[in-house]
Amino acid sequence: MPTPFKEVLNSGKFVVTCEIAPPKGTNLEKVIHHIDLLKDKVDGLNATDNQGSSMRYPSLGLCLLIKERGGEPILQMTCRDRNRLALQSDLLFAYSRGINNVLCLTGDAITLGDHKQAKPVFDIDSLQLLRTIRTLESGKDLGGNDLDGAPKFCAGAIVTPEAQPIEPQMIKFRKKVRAGAEFFQTQAVYDIGNLRNFMQAARQYNTKIMAGIVLLTSAGMARFMNANVSGIFVPQALIDEMSKAEKGKALQKGIEIAGRMIKTIKDEKLCDGVHIMAINKEETVPDILAAAGL
Amino acid sequence: MISATEQKPLEEITQSLEKCKSVYLIGCGTCTTILHTGGKAEVLALKDKLEAAGKKIAGWMVIPTACDEITKYALESSEKEIQAADCLLVTSCAYGVQRVSQWADKPAIPAVNTLFIGKEDGDTYSEVCAQCGNCVLAWTGGICPITSCPKGLLEGPCGGTNKGKCEVDPTKDCAWTLIYKRLEQQGRLDLLEKEQPPRNYQAVVRPGRLITK
Repeated sequence: MPTPFKEVLNSGKFVVTCEIAPPKGTNLEKVIHHIDLLKDKVDGLNATDNQGSSMRYPSLGLCLLIKERGGEPILQMTCRDRNRLALQSDLLFAYSRGINNVLCLTGDAITLGDHKQAKPVFDIDSLQLLRTIRTLESGKDLGGNDLDGAPKFCAGAIVTPEAQPIEPQMIKFRKKVRAGAEFFQTQAVYDIGNLRNFMQAARQYNTKIMAGIVLLTSAGMARFMNANVSGIFVPQALIDEMSKAEKGKALQKGIEIAGRMIKTIKDEKLCDGVHIMAINKEETVPDILAAAGL
Repeated sequence: MISATEQKPLEEITQSLEKCKSVYLIGCGTCTTILHTGGKAEVLALKDKLEAAGKKIAGWMVIPTACDEITKYALESSEKEIQAADCLLVTSCAYGVQRVSQWADKPAIPAVNTLFIGKEDGDTYSEVCAQCGNCVLAWTGGICPITSCPKGLLEGPCGGTNKGKCEVDPTKDCAWTLIYKRLEQQGRLDLLEKEQPPRNYQAVVRPGRLITK
């Protein structure tokens, strides 16, 4: 049995989580391989929820699979595809099956994904989803009706330390803390100085913050993210470092950079932990951890 | 205020008219005239195109404001020509099309898509109110997040905001950045710290209806 994530969070240990993407289809072979490879190396495995607004196997299904195989799942829940009824019933189901950790997200816009004509739901948002969890825990649903059996979750949220402008982001961060966010997994951070600034403002709040580490796989990927992905800023020095990597060694360089950042964050006690997103390269997470000396 | 419209592709229009040999054209003298999507010039252009496609045009008119009750009288005044047609092709917004449907027994076919009811700033028309029935402008600096944020968020910006622009359309400003800046200017940023309850989507039970004595 893995240690419950909430216990790890409160243990004072440097927390490590990573995300696993569910398959596009019913073939679970690869994702099972990822779970088995990572379940004992990290403190929690996030199951993404139709990430990037692209339809996939459900995060709830992947969490059940993580649970079955002895891992500690963190259910990512976006408000894009389900209204408040569906979100609440999925939360009840999750809890009933031992899925106790939830990351509350608003969700990417429909237009970024692979079903561009779909109806965006956004009945509630990430903050209201956090509040919904706390409401269900009190034995009531959002309609004010009594529940026959209440769930209990470890609920978290996200924050973008490099959002521009940062002030509105910080207001929402504070609101999420007040709504009961026990942990934050941040958007990718590449500039330690920016992370330091963010943590200076965030440190005073009673919550755990895990810095988001997105594995760089090429200089091109870094440039693409700078141009297209909100809230991500890869400094030129890192792009140069990636482009100087020998042919065929860019991924290795990305692993080295991710490991180095994690080590700095841990050594300087900048954050309470890290959240690794090795998009489509989940199998490299053990190498990243080794590079970080973990 | 203006009802913003765009013309439907001719192919779609001709498909809708497949079973109609004879067509009566109805334009609107207000919004579709201003936007050049369905005023007199566009009605006449459609007339030429449909005739070229083999349709008989039983007649045409441009109603001053097709969404108004005046439409009833306009239809009555051209009753004879309308009766000779198999259907009515309407180049007003959907409000006008439904007025025509209300008072004519011939099928009314829209020639335009209605996009939104918006405000005008020179050549730019923009949607600023979703008629949600629960106005929040008092604490959002007069900028509606329900309309101006594609996700209709009430609690602040999402992670998709990028240097003050929106992830859905980088040519548009992030509504929450605008709201933040406005409230900062007004010294009212404390308003944003307040948590909002989930929206009441039944504030207006759709379809909206208001009966006055």
